[in-house]
Amino acid sequence: MSTLKRTMQTFAGALILLLVVAFAMPATAQVRNPDGSVNPTASAVQEGQLLQELQRIQGRVSIPDKKEGVLIQPAGQNWRHFHEVTLRWIGGIAILGMLVVLIAFYLIRGMVRLKSGRSGRTIVRFNAVERFVHWMTATCFIILALTGLNITFGRPLLLPLMSPEAFTTWSEAAKYAHNFVSFPFTIGVVLIFLMWVGGNIPNRVDVEWVKRGGGIVGDDHPPAYRFNAGQKMIYWIVVLGGSAAAISGYLLMFPFYGDLTVNGMQTAQMVHSIVAVLFVAAMLAHIYIGTIGMEGAFEAMGTGEVDVNWAREHHALWLEEEQGRLAGTAPAARATPAE
Amino acid sequence: MARMKFLCDADRCIECNACVTACKNEHEVPWGINRRRVVTINDGKPGERSVSMACMHCTDAPCAAVCPVNCFFTTADAVVLHSKDLCIGCGYCFYACPFGAPQYPRVGNFGSRGKMDKCTFCAGGPDNDYTVAEYQKYGSNRLAEGKLPLCAEMCSTKSLLAGDGEIIAQIYKERVVRRGYGSGAWGWKTAYKETIAS
Repeated sequence: MSTLKRTMQTFAGALILLLVVAFAMPATAQVRNPDGSVNPTASAVQEGQLLQELQRIQGRVSIPDKKEGVLIQPAGQNWRHFHEVTLRWIGGIAILGMLVVLIAFYLIRGMVRLKSGRSGRTIVRFNAVERFVHWMTATCFIILALTGLNITFGRPLLLPLMSPEAFTTWSEAAKYAHNFVSFPFTIGVVLIFLMWVGGNIPNRVDVEWVKRGGGIVGDDHPPAYRFNAGQKMIYWIVVLGGSAAAISGYLLMFPFYGDLTVNGMQTAQMVHSIVAVLFVAAMLAHIYIGTIGMEGAFEAMGTGEVDVNWAREHHALWLEEEQGRLAGTAPAARATPAE
Repeated sequence: MARMKFLCDADRCIECNACVTACKNEHEVPWGINRRRVVTINDGKPGERSVSMACMHCTDAPCAAVCPVNCFFTTADAVVLHSKDLCIGCGYCFYACPFGAPQYPRVGNFGSRGKMDKCTFCAGGPDNDYTVAEYQKYGSNRLAEGKLPLCAEMCSTKSLLAGDGEIIAQIYKERVVRRGYGSGAWGWKTAYKETIAS
């Protein structure tokens, strides 16, 4: 059996070899012109053909900078189009669109008031560490957002307002600020993830909350634990968007690290900028609801204590939990009469 | 005014790197920066070709379009130049450039690339002609002296042509007709959206 198999294999191999030689024959013949002279360009590489096959032309260089082996990368033109047109549209629509929506919403809905007024009694919502982490990340985010938007929108919007030298001074400072503020921002995102992940796992209450419009539309106040579905969404936008922005950003900060090619750098920039402009738009909504959008909301991150009526209206289940816990653990401290 | 272009006749380039050396010497280009380089395609295989490449001084240059601080400008000779006083070293021009022309003095971690440097078509920069400041930032200004880029002047096989686009295209076309073949003007389609029929 095995002898037969081997014979068959040998035969098949010989057949393939014959075919290969037969097909290769005309190619060899082409090296010579019809009159018998040598055709020096018979197998020469052609620019158009290479670009069609590989999207870029790459070869060998004798200099240490091996990325210079890329001779032509027309993808640069696509990236240019992304940077000049696509990104500006995405960013413009996302950020301006969000602003328009928020202004319209404020004009129609106004500030979400406390229906039952203030009780005068407060409950701790975020402790000092939580607030510090929040404001550290928030400060970093605002710096990163403004300095980042400057790279995309500064030239059309800001440069006409100042001298080229002044714009360069500002942009260079902005570039360094963007690079170095990224570190505390990344630490902030990691801490936010660890600090609040427990309260931000989606559950059945969120489905109910979303179905009832979350109290954003209408006057309904669906119950929520410490974080409602909207806050959970913001949380995951910060954690996932922040991570994506950080990873793509560090790739840009350490250019061509590892085997990253110029096309890899373009991709990193595209991911970074799209995530960033959407992130900015989402944070505008977050800032709105935490300030002028809702009465009593800012205190949660300001002083760290919210009115009990606010907690009852917006986070009824959390208030129950919290009151139960406080009653169980430290009744003496809480029972002290104020007057 | 002329429309300055480079044309590398890949069927003549012998990868001697004289253009690279001439450029480095003429402009005192620091270590690590290569305003011009020679790329060999299909090295060691039949049909191998070498192409000497630098900034092609594109029509509607991508580098100028993406620059966040608008530091590029095009001269009357259609040479694409930039101001090192305005450059912030962001690296965007390198991502957009189809030819890998922009160079930076340092690797660039933490955004410390330094001011971008690239081929000037031996036309200096925005500073006044023949000044020390211009030479230190951009190298010599041969165009102001009425000379063409040194890389092409030094080319041992006259593979690299530099000068008015129409004239060098004509030279190339005549060559192709005489010898009967030509692999075309590499990069012209990408840089100028035109090709030389060969």
